[in-house]
Amino acid sequence: MLRIENLSAWYGEARVLREVSLEVAAGEVVTLVGRNGAGKSTLLRSVMGLHPGQRGTVSLDGRDITKLPAYKRARAGLGWVPDDRGAYATLTVTENLTLPPRVGPDPWSLERIYEAFPALHTRRDSAATMLSGGEQQMLALARVLRMGARLLLCDEPTEGLSPLLVQQVGDLLREAKKHGVTVLLVEQNLHFATGVADRHYLLAEGRIAEAMDNSEVRSRERELLAYLGI
Amino acid sequence: MSGFLQNTFNGLVSGAFYALLALGLAVIFGMLRVVNFAHGAFYMLGAFGAYVLLSEAGVPFWAALVIMPVALGLLGMLLERAVIHRLTRLDPLYNFLLTFGLTLILQDLVKSRYGIQSSPYATPAELSGTVDFGLFDFPTYRVFILGFTVLLCVAVWWVLGRTRVGMVVRAATERPELTRAFGIDVGKWVTPVFGFGIALAGLAGVLAAPMRAVNPLMGADLIIVVFAVVVIGGLGSIFGSVAAGFGIGLIQAWGEAYLSDFPIVSQTVVFVVMAAVLLWRPAGLFGREEAPA
Repeated sequence: MLRIENLSAWYGEARVLREVSLEVAAGEVVTLVGRNGAGKSTLLRSVMGLHPGQRGTVSLDGRDITKLPAYKRARAGLGWVPDDRGAYATLTVTENLTLPPRVGPDPWSLERIYEAFPALHTRRDSAATMLSGGEQQMLALARVLRMGARLLLCDEPTEGLSPLLVQQVGDLLREAKKHGVTVLLVEQNLHFATGVADRHYLLAEGRIAEAMDNSEVRSRERELLAYLGI
Repeated sequence: MSGFLQNTFNGLVSGAFYALLALGLAVIFGMLRVVNFAHGAFYMLGAFGAYVLLSEAGVPFWAALVIMPVALGLLGMLLERAVIHRLTRLDPLYNFLLTFGLTLILQDLVKSRYGIQSSPYATPAELSGTVDFGLFDFPTYRVFILGFTVLLCVAVWWVLGRTRVGMVVRAATERPELTRAFGIDVGKWVTPVFGFGIALAGLAGVLAAPMRAVNPLMGADLIIVVFAVVVIGGLGSIFGSVAAGFGIGLIQAWGEAYLSDFPIVSQTVVFVVMAAVLLWRPAGLFGREEAPA
């Protein structure tokens, strides 16, 4: 579904990604793990079309989207879940959910979202930044599900969340996967990653260092945690 | 007591002009990240346009109140397409220089044709005279300005707060890059929003014509205070710019009335307030710290 070929990215003079190539098949959940500064977020931003200094190709369902601006990539089915959760202070919870146009074949209705997230329903007329961190994360995920995005780009969705909320995020991603949604996930929580994902890429110094499956990550968990500095 | 109420009323009327100008600057800055230094020049063109329409073509105030904002809004959209959008990806300094240069060009064009002396613009007959408020009389025209501006701000508020267009503009003003990532073509809204901001400046200019001296430099004097208002309200904050506009109008009027023995204080009180607000809240009263996409 998503194919990245020889993607390089720069911040000014500094090269952050070095000829990264990877693929995510339709319906797969794939994580990117790596130390801070390895280029994980830059990779997601580049796929979303939010990083100006890049070279290489990104294609979605065989269609080259490298030259498309971010808004057209979103309309092609990409759903952005940013690391800061992207809650708008000047929009209510409902407005945050209904801002993006519906882009996919199976968008969630507002009713379904409020049924799944009663806390969002209770606070639906509040400014989104008044929500707790966990609620803001649910909002960010609910927003891309309401869009009907086919490929979610999630940047550390469990960061700073309590174990209960981490479990909820996991349930939600598994539920989305069941409905055919594809996910590319930046994640440091290896336990969470092996619980939701099919495969993993280890990113080191802007390169794909290794591709691993769940059993490999589980058997090397201690070594990987030490490497990631967690 | 009546003196205090009168000063308060005068402050709100000055504040109405600040609010209209700051509102335009706020939406333009929010969406384009352009500090439009030429905003004062468009205010001046609004007033001058009304003056020229009346003195050379006999077009009355009420018609000018519609014609000038529309004409200047269109001119603003043209300028945005022709020059301003070319610079939005560069250092903000380039846009500052561009709009500053535009200000000088517009001012000098008017100066070369009409000179620098102030031109009188008669208050429309329907709005001459005073309104009796019991404790004091107030010029009808000023009451009109205050009422009109408040209604306009409420209307803009309604459009921004209650419609889908407003929701998109709020989102794009707060986080342009994030909003693009949610499938919204922010670029499509940039030109109309710039035109709208300029139209508000033109409208403020037409409203000012009957009560302020119409001359090529009238905008340059005002814009410095308006920039202070925008900074106090929070760069890009729509609510903040309107609230700070009226607030600064009040503070200035009270300062002039009660600190008239200390002219240095009364003339600089706006900037003292700005400095204090920035020390306390660096992003302005209603502004947010710059956030990533």
